This record gives sequence, structure tokens and C-alpha cells, in this order.
Amino acid sequence: MSKEVLITVCTGTGGIASGGEDVLAAFREALSSAGITASCRERCRVQRVGCKGFCSQDVLVDVAVNGAITTYRKVRPDMVARIVSEHIVAGMPVAEWVVDGSYHAFHEKQKKVVLSHCGVIDPEEIQSYRAVGGYGAAERAVLSMTPEEIIAVIKRSRLRGRGGGGFPTGLKWELCARHTADTKYVVCNGNESDPGAFMDTSLMEGDPHSVIEGMIICAKAVGSHRGYIYTKAEYALAVKRLNRAIEHCYAAGFLGKGIFGSDFDFDVEVFPAPGAFVCGEATALLRSLEGKRGMPSAKIWRTAEKGLWNKPTVLNNVETFANIPKIIEKGSQWFSRLGTERSGGTKVFSLSGKVRNTGLIEVPIGTTLREIIFDIGGGIEGGKACKGVHIGGPTGGCIPAARFDMEVDYESLAQAGSMMGSGGMVVLDETSCIVDTTRFFVGVIQGESCGKCAPCRIGTKRMLEILERIAGGRAKEGDLELLEELAHSIRETSLCGLGMTAPNPVLSTLRYFRDEYEEHIRRKRCRAAVCKALLTYSVVESACTGCGACKRVCPADAIRGTRKKPHRIDANLCVRCGTCLDACKFNAIMKV
Amino acid sequence: MSTTVTLRIDGRNVTVEKFSTILDAARTLEIPIPTLCHHPDLVPYGGCRLCLVEIKGAPRPVASCTTFVKDGLEVTTSSPRLERLRKTTLELILSDHPRDCMTCERAGDCKLQELAYFYGIRDPRFEGERRIYRTKDKNPCIARDMEKCILCGLCVRVCDEIQGVAAIDFAYRGFRTMVTPPFERELDCEFCGQCVAVCPTGALTGAMWAQKGRQDMRDVETICPYCGCGCTLTLHIRRNEVIRVSSRRETLNEGWLCAKGRFGYEFIHRTDRLKKPLVRIVPKSEAAALVKSGWSHERAASFFREVSWDDALDLVAARLGEIKERHGSDAIGGISSARCTNEENYLFQKFIRGAIGTNNVDHCARY
Repeated sequence: MSKEVLITVCTGTGGIASGGEDVLAAFREALSSAGITASCRERCRVQRVGCKGFCSQDVLVDVAVNGAITTYRKVRPDMVARIVSEHIVAGMPVAEWVVDGSYHAFHEKQKKVVLSHCGVIDPEEIQSYRAVGGYGAAERAVLSMTPEEIIAVIKRSRLRGRGGGGFPTGLKWELCARHTADTKYVVCNGNESDPGAFMDTSLMEGDPHSVIEGMIICAKAVGSHRGYIYTKAEYALAVKRLNRAIEHCYAAGFLGKGIFGSDFDFDVEVFPAPGAFVCGEATALLRSLEGKRGMPSAKIWRTAEKGLWNKPTVLNNVETFANIPKIIEKGSQWFSRLGTERSGGTKVFSLSGKVRNTGLIEVPIGTTLREIIFDIGGGIEGGKACKGVHIGGPTGGCIPAARFDMEVDYESLAQAGSMMGSGGMVVLDETSCIVDTTRFFVGVIQGESCGKCAPCRIGTKRMLEILERIAGGRAKEGDLELLEELAHSIRETSLCGLGMTAPNPVLSTLRYFRDEYEEHIRRKRCRAAVCKALLTYSVVESACTGCGACKRVCPADAIRGTRKKPHRIDANLCVRCGTCLDACKFNAIMKV
Repeated sequence: MSTTVTLRIDGRNVTVEKFSTILDAARTLEIPIPTLCHHPDLVPYGGCRLCLVEIKGAPRPVASCTTFVKDGLEVTTSSPRLERLRKTTLELILSDHPRDCMTCERAGDCKLQELAYFYGIRDPRFEGERRIYRTKDKNPCIARDMEKCILCGLCVRVCDEIQGVAAIDFAYRGFRTMVTPPFERELDCEFCGQCVAVCPTGALTGAMWAQKGRQDMRDVETICPYCGCGCTLTLHIRRNEVIRVSSRRETLNEGWLCAKGRFGYEFIHRTDRLKKPLVRIVPKSEAAALVKSGWSHERAASFFREVSWDDALDLVAARLGEIKERHGSDAIGGISSARCTNEENYLFQKFIRGAIGTNNVDHCARY
């Protein structure tokens, strides 16, 4: 029987971390051994692909036999031989390793536009991208569309900046196109730095060509001949795959002089940046690209007028550029219908935290949080109560579970005290302490403030100190009011977007979870049992067998008791490290 | 197209050049707006956030130093909200500032102290960690006390934009951000002290100013004696001693000085400073032998005799005449100095060429 087999292995950063490269090698080896290849007789290929999205199930492997796809989860190299012999050779999928219902639920409500090729094509081979229609849109834009036509299509699509600001992309291009200058630049912002965010890196790793294609179309629209992709040097895989993609483009004549046989020139270069959170801010990014310290400056001029080296510049996010080829290909109407009235298309989020299915997701703008967290994310692990979701990175805000019926778009998030940001979503459950989470995010912001303006540099430090006092049980009456006033003041006085949004985690949680703060201050109690200073460890006498395991591991000698009798913890000596809790086999240690 | 813009500030109309900032416009009306990071000769920065103003229709206050004027803008420079925000920002700055105004070199001449005074901040509401930097530079000119630095960036910018040296820049991020020479080494620059002149606090001061006095100073304007530029100096004098040198922005040199002009004033009060002409009484060859045999500095002074200017010039004239007589004019040459004025240098070459009769005359900037 003749078969056509295609095996795709996830080799995104998450996939590689879980052993994707080893799995890939194992498949190649298993298939190249003569017997198996002979029994397949026909084409049998193994291909690396970018992130498939469902990172908590990595390494994910799709086995397509005559187009019928079976997905395996958590594949290890030692599982490869059996998959090959039972599934590919004998035609019987290994049922116990195939993904379960949660995999399908994870994908059901998603709408993949930007990520449509991610996890499907080989990011390291341009033919793979060409095979799914890649560079068709750029070719059409360069050869048969005028700049005005391109801009009109993008404007009609209602695409808005996916970096979080939400500025209408078509309008941005139009502003830049309007300016006459000897040089213009197209810059791609790939400086994704939010903890828990991996949308842009997954795109750059999984589908680098779509970003480059988007930049080519933009260059044609605004009349630029020079582009830069600014990404962090730590994103080594993204840098490598982007560079390889660029190399392939030059060889194919899609970049360089006279691209696609036209008289239009466009060059692209990757700038592996030293990396700082604040360099995601437009003015700081451009200064950094110029070789200066990445520090924001007052937006006296629009970037479209005076950007990089004071020349008109279009600065868009990775995801924004990756949307462009699809819009040119399928039309603005198709795209705008996907979203809401004010913004078209989809948005990629990285879903993480206490949710069952973590990973990279893409949903139409306007999808409700409930659908995202409970349908796609599968709800909370262990049936615990969901507390809320933190959206938009460290400078985003927390939205309580009670408001999960809210549709996600730029305006509704801002109204709820959060922001789209770059699209990180961290789900919190009843074991997450609001004070502790907020303290974490403010700590990130404080460490990443560029130091230029006093409200951000010192103000976030003082906010952090107040939060530390609250978490440490050292807060006094009035601290909460001081924190709130300070937060408002920082928002109003800071220089750049980072400072202006820095108080978001504080203000949004004070708005929805004020009782938890008050409980920390007045009752010295942390209901999630997270804030160490407020915890008490004690022994449940009825469950304690007096085995002495806790006593042996306690580093502070705080546990007393004789064998076979219930032990006791001396609260004055206890350092609340939790070692006893882990050591007890009888659930006899309780923390409150 | 009109090159001016008319706007309203605090209810008063003002017409200014296009591309002026709101701060510029307010200052033409003599409306006081507090600033810490602004300098009229440097590129607007917008770091201190004290010059915030409200614009009618704008959702949040804007920094007046980095916002261009526009026709019809309605600007408010002071309101309960603005003053509250300014006070909070000041409190934040002061919460990370040593409270040692009693012994600070800048007291009385410190912008931060003045603003704290105006806003009546005695105890900032925010308490917490303060940056501690204990190491001190060893150079004799510029004393850095980085605990007092408010990171306004004036020193960094003046060093780059005016002096073109860029000896210092920002390092680190967040609360730990600091202004420092490369790799946190000792300051090793031209020591022009432009940074000291623009520093609004006691972070940068003249090392030799220390404990020489802050009040009851008399200011005397003079011209710098060092070179032909002719910078105007202001000597700050206390108890008949020059204790500091500065320069006003309204001068030809726009207030900028070099290391010599700013810090090279100690010679004025040196006891061994030459004030009258000396004539050698012990021949040079004998003097060298005596010094070699261990004569002290004081005793060596006795090689010379103090004379009046007339006597000294008579001697020089007589000797030059003798040499010219015996060896001819070309045996004499003259070298003058860039420290002299054009007029002095002109007269000098005239003397060498006309009176001595030789073209052997030169000077570091060449005739």
C-alpha cells in the first residue's frame, strides 16, 4: 500500500526545551533505517515546525498519514520507535499517547490567522513558506499595487498596533508615506520582554517569513528601502531563524535590489539588541537602535515624521507585520469581520499561570475572557476557584473573575484598568495572593525603569516598598491610601508609557481586591497562604503520627515532640520555609 | 506661513516664535514654572516632571519644557492638582536625598533646597531605601557626591552637547540608575567643570570650594588671564580671598569655562607667587652647583634680587642693545603667548621687527 507520511515536530523554544530536537533526530533515524522506509515505500518526511501553541503538552508531534492527522503529546525520543512501528508501519495509532479532548477544546475556539502557518511549516526553509502561498502578497503589493492602494486596504481592515498601543496601522503608514525624505525606515519591534509572554518570539521562530513579508509590503506602501528587526539577543533561536530567512530572501530576490523583478529596493537587517524592557517603548527602541542608551524621550515629533536618525519611520510590532500578508491576500473585509467594530482581526495571547492548558493562543478580538480561560484554557487546575487574570504584562492590570464576560479589546481592557499590552495573560486562582502578585509585577517594573524621570524611578521603588511592608506584615494604617495616591501621581506625571502604566497592577488590584490588602494590613492575614511573614505553620494533632520526619528536616529546630506522639511547631523559632510541609507524609502540617 | 504662534497662558495672551516650548513662552511672561532638569542651552529633556502644566482638553498634564506651543492653546501653569503632583514628585526626590543641607556645599545655591522650601517639605511622606555611594574621587577639581544626584541629566548633556567630551553617562536601571564615568572608574576628563556649573544640587561641586564659605561673598567680575579668549570670570570673594570662580550666562563665553579658568585660581593667594620683577645676582652656573649641594628652596631665593619694573626693563633694554650691537639683530628672537590679547601680540611683533630688527618672532598660534 502506498502512503504519504508527514511527521512534524515542534521545535519552538518550548519544544526544544522539552527535547524537540532529540525527538526530531529520533524520527529521522528511525525512518532512515532501511526496513521502515521500504515498508512505507512512498514519501515519508520529517519536518521541524515552530510552536504549535499548546506548550504544556510539548513535545507535540503531528503524524499525518495520507492527510489524516494524529497528534501525539509529550513525546520523548524513547517513544519514537513504537510510534513508527505501530502507527506508520502497521497503521495503528498508539492510542495511549494521542492527545485527549483538552487538546481539541484548546483549539476549537481559536481562530488562527497570524499563527496559521506557525506549527505547520518549516521555519528554516523558504520553500515551505512558499508552498502555503508565502510572498504572494508581497509580490502583488510590489508589482501591481500603488502605495495608496496598500494603505487603503490596511486602513479598511481596521488593523491596530498589536504591541499594545492599538494605534491604527493604516493611519500610521499614511502619516509616514505623506512625508517626503531621502531616507525612510521600517522598523519591527520584537523586543518582547514581559515575563510570561512569548507571542512574538514564537512568531519569529515559527514563521519568520511572514514578518519579513509584512515589512516588504509596508516598505512599498511608505516608500522605504531599509528595514530593521529589533529583537533581543537572548532570543537566539529567533535571531538565527530570522537571519536564515533573510538570507533565503536575498537568494530568491525578495530582498535587495529590484525585488520581485521590479525596480523597488528593500534591505532588511536583524538588530540583536542588548535587551531592556523599556526598549519596547518606541523612542527608547529607536535610540537603542541608533547605538545610544535605550531611554525614552518626550514625543515632540511623531515617529512617522522624525523617527530613526530623525527620518520618517514606521515602527510596528512583530504580530502587526505578520498580519499584513494575510490582509493583502484575503482582503480587508475578511479581516475586519473577524474582530469588533473598532478593531479588526485576531489577537495572539500567551496563556499562563494557574490555568489547565497553558500555551500560545489566537482568538478573534472581542472573544470573552470566559471563553479564553475556561473553554480554551480548560479552567483552573484541580477545580480551584479562579480569582482573576492579569493581562498586559507587568504594566497591565488584573481583571477579576466576576468580569470574565467582558469582551477583550483595546477599549474594554483599558476601561477595566488593564491594557492589551503585548498580550500576556497570567491566570490567578485562590492560591495566588493579590498583594504578592502585584509586588512581583511592580518589582519587575522598578528594575526595568530607565531612571530618567523621578516618578517612575523613585515612585515605583516606594510603591514596591509599601507592597513589601504589606506582604511582610509591617504595614500601618494609611499605607494603602499613600500607595493609592502615589500610584495616581505616577500615572499622571511620568514621562513615557512605562511610567504611565506602571501603577496599573496596583490600581487595578486596589479596585477589585481592596479587601485582600486590608486583610493583610489589619488582620495580618494572607488568605492565599503565600505571604511568608503572615503564615503560621502548625501540626494537626489528630493526623500526626509522631514519625519525626518534620523534626529532622526543620532547619531552625523549631519542631519539638517525642516519638509516636503529636509534635508541635514553635512559632517563634519557625522561619516558615515550608520544608516540614513537604516532608510530612500524613498531611499533618497546616499552613494558615 | 506665519512664523509666530499665539497662545494663552494663565489667561494672558502671548505671541512667540513657532517651535518655542510652552516653558519658553511662559518665561517671556515671567510666569515662574519650577524646573530641575532644564537648561536653555541644552536639548529639552523632560526628566524632572516638575514643569508640568495643564492644557485645556488634554487628559493629563504635559511637561512644558518638551511641548511645542500651538495656536490657541490654553495653558494653566498652576492649579491645586499641578501643585499636588509637583509636591509629590519633590517628596519622592527628597526621599532619596541626604538631608544634610547644614553642611552641604550647595546650601543657599541649591535648586532642590529652594523648591523644598517653597513647597514646605520638611519630612517627605515616603520613606525607604536611599542610595549609598561612599567612594570619593581623588582629583583636585571636581567633587562628586552621587548620593545627592537627582539624575536630572544636566551634567551628562552639557558634557556631550556643549563640551563634546561625553565623559559621563547613565548606567544601570531602575532605582540603581546612576551617572558615572565608564565602568565606574574615577572621573578622568578635561575637568572643565561645566557639569559642576549646571548641577542643581550638591552632587557636583568644586573640590577646592569645600568649607571655604557659602554666604557673605563679594562678587568681582574680571577677565580670565589664561588665554586670549577673554572669558569673563566672576570671582567669589570672602574674607578677602577668592574662594570660587564662576561665569554668568550673559557673558561672551556664555557662562562656559575651562579647567584653568574655573579651577586654576589658587595661585592668587600663593605666598611664593611672583608679584615683582627679580634680577639674578648669582650667576646661573654657580646657582646650579649650590642647589646640587643641597641649598633649600628658601635659600635659593637669595639668588635673585627684587627690583622695580623700571629697573628691570632698563636692564633688559640695555642687554638687548648690547647683544644687538655685538651679534647683530638676528641673534635675538621673540616668542609671545596666546594668553596675551591680539593687541599685545601685535605690539610684541612690532617691537621685535621694528625695534630689534629681526623676523625671529613666533607664538603658539603663529604670526
